Amino acid sequence: MPTSPSDADPCGPYDLAVIGAGPAGLAGAVAAADQGLRCALIDAGARPGGQYYRHPAPGLRAARPDRLHHHWPVFAELADRLAAHRAAGRISYLPHHHVHLLERREPWRLHAATGADGSGRATLRAAAVLLATGAYERQLPFPGWTLPGVVTAGGAQAMLKAGLVLPGRRIVVAGSGPLLLAAAASLTAAGAEVPAIVEASTYLGYARRPGVLAATPGKLAEGVAHGAALARHRVRLHRASAVVEAHGGRGVAPAGGWERVEAVTVARLDADWRPVPGTERRIECDALAIGHGLVPQLELATELGAATRVVPDGTVALRVDARQLTSVPGLWAAGETCGVGGAELALAEGELAALAIAGRAPVAGLLSRRRRLRAFAELMAAAHRPGAGWSDWLRPETEVCRCEEVTAGAIGEAVERLGATDARTVKLLTRAGMGWCQGRMCSSAVACLAGMAEPVADSRPLSGPVRLGDLAALPED
Amino acid sequence: MVIGAGVVGAACAFYAARAGLSVAVIDRGPVAGGTTGAGEGNLLLSDKQPGPELELAKVSALLWQELADELGAVFEYEPKGGLVVAADPAGQLALAAFAAKQRAAGVTAHEVTADRLAEYEPHLAPGLAGGFHYPEDAQVQPALAAAHLLRAAVRAGAALHLGERVTALLTGPGGAVRGVRTDRRELAAGAVVNAAGTWGGQIARLAGVELPVLPRRGFVLVTEPLPRVVRHKVYAADYVADVASGSAALQSSGVVEGTPSGTVLIGATRERVGFDRTVSAPALGRLARQAAALFPFLADVRVLRAYRGFRPYLPDHLPAIGADPRAPGLLHACGHEGAGIGLAPVTGLLIAEQLTGRRLSTADPVDTAPFRPDRFA
Repeated sequence: MPTSPSDADPCGPYDLAVIGAGPAGLAGAVAAADQGLRCALIDAGARPGGQYYRHPAPGLRAARPDRLHHHWPVFAELADRLAAHRAAGRISYLPHHHVHLLERREPWRLHAATGADGSGRATLRAAAVLLATGAYERQLPFPGWTLPGVVTAGGAQAMLKAGLVLPGRRIVVAGSGPLLLAAAASLTAAGAEVPAIVEASTYLGYARRPGVLAATPGKLAEGVAHGAALARHRVRLHRASAVVEAHGGRGVAPAGGWERVEAVTVARLDADWRPVPGTERRIECDALAIGHGLVPQLELATELGAATRVVPDGTVALRVDARQLTSVPGLWAAGETCGVGGAELALAEGELAALAIAGRAPVAGLLSRRRRLRAFAELMAAAHRPGAGWSDWLRPETEVCRCEEVTAGAIGEAVERLGATDARTVKLLTRAGMGWCQGRMCSSAVACLAGMAEPVADSRPLSGPVRLGDLAALPED
Repeated sequence: MVIGAGVVGAACAFYAARAGLSVAVIDRGPVAGGTTGAGEGNLLLSDKQPGPELELAKVSALLWQELADELGAVFEYEPKGGLVVAADPAGQLALAAFAAKQRAAGVTAHEVTADRLAEYEPHLAPGLAGGFHYPEDAQVQPALAAAHLLRAAVRAGAALHLGERVTALLTGPGGAVRGVRTDRRELAAGAVVNAAGTWGGQIARLAGVELPVLPRRGFVLVTEPLPRVVRHKVYAADYVADVASGSAALQSSGVVEGTPSGTVLIGATRERVGFDRTVSAPALGRLARQAAALFPFLADVRVLRAYRGFRPYLPDHLPAIGADPRAPGLLHACGHEGAGIGLAPVTGLLIAEQLTGRRLSTADPVDTAPFRPDRFA
């Protein structure tokens, strides 16, 4: 039996393996370790914090990483507790571990590609698994979205938080969801000019449930703070509007320079997100940060048959019980995998999951916080569900799947002429979603274009690319 | 009325509509939503021992060629040939004996000595004992093949009802099958063709007859796109034994092939585990090991995805094709196991011939007795 951190087997068996070191995973791992469980905290990234608490590498010598973050003290405290548990041998923190295959065994087996370039491999064992794999950004394609200078809203924030780099000097922020305000606030704080935030929804959804809003004053205060910061920088918010095209040019760069975005066309949307003709206006910019909210990353669980639910924003999330247990025994989930709801909710769910895994009663305050924040999340989700009319801004030649270069026209043909009625069949007939990102970029759009009424979870037996030689090392039994 | 919009149902509809019948295809899901969409698209003679299935496959290979000529390059038909390799001299002797029997049955097979393997596949592992080249083996992209056959059937007048589930079979006087009831309506038909693949047993039960179709799960690995490094369909000698095996346990023999999109497909496991969709690490591991044993360079190639499907398997590994004497008006076209893509055209042709009562092709007639649907009764 391992007696000290130095002779503990890094492959386990652990009492608990936590996949993802963002807010939910961090909170879950430290809370479980507080209860005496020996944990592995496994993360694909280089540093703990996930996307939300993303921060610069120490080598960049950022003087004030906290200036780009809300709630930095919360992260600082979690990071301190993580350090203490690591020192005591209760948590093995494993960065650069991408779990691509989860095996339901006793104990569980987690197969990961390791190292910054994914060239290593590891198999970990654990009695229980907490899935805190977060979410990825939802994109809706539009003409010009593949131009250099067009980045995702989360990508723009990641560049800033991790690399202290801005994607441009004059950045239009567009799409839908609360991430836009946060992204615009960070970008302006870092010195960029944001001529416009273009939000597709009307935000009216929020107003329909004043009770939920009143119960989450923190969220309101956050919105007000963003709003005040943006007003100070004279950022204009266009509601019920969308970037319907990005225009490229070579600008003032030396002749022969690379084409990149130099302006966008913004149009008003009707209630179904159909662009209203005659409302187009051109906004000059040198970058566009765009995103339509987040999609929970579930495949490790859904490949094991875990039950899911449809969230009001049109995404699919894991179904969990009051203890954060999925329908698969021994597999727990917290944070965005249970429906996108933000860092505060993820922290509460991670801690609740840890308590339940340790067999402890939940803390009452945590339960009520989760209830409030989850209700708020569902309200937000409903407000930012894409309207069916968005595809009107596509042209037949607009690329939808960038990996495989599949156009909207090719997808339309598969649907109208070849009998594809769902995203899987579109994929089989056009290759949309078969490339490197395995549909993370395009599957929401493809599902809409296939006319699917209800979303279904993407199928990804492997959660990421794996060297064949590493698969060959999987045990026979 | 054809139940099933997979490749077999599509072929039935295609040949029946072209023969002048009024045709409808119904499926609870989309086109190619079941096993067709999970297939590799192999059109093989090389893995078939002389017997009824090989006779079907020989006609079907010609029909696929005709279809590719007629419909154009829309479903990635590639007459690229197969290469079966042996690890040791005993394996090569077994291959030679197998090939001799196949040649006697009209299959083209050339022995490839160890020193000439590299001419066929430059990246094969060194040290193999030899192999056999089967120039008649070919490949299609199965979902595209099904979709384009159906599209051609629709052009010839067929109706297509997708996303509509058959809940019962309608019967007329004397208990003859006379159409289907769906979750939306009743659709009358002179005859009903059960092309429901792995779910064909359920359709048979709606008519009160037993057809013991069982699922046999398979996984396939797909690599990142590569330049054309694998030219043929390449597999190891033990594949044939796996195909013919009745065992429920996990079996696998590396089958490696390139595709026009640059990805390399690595199949295929065989397991009888019901409709369990759970990803299986031992199955993926074994596929990877066998592929790397055939082509060592693959060890450093990245696998982008994996998929699984459920082959429709009947106890004697032969499909059920033709009218069911126990249920007049019902014909079966299912149970092709892993050979459904390859055998689809001949199946569709035979069904259309039974429905019209006349020969529709100049190909040699096939004895359908071994495929009688009531042979398990």
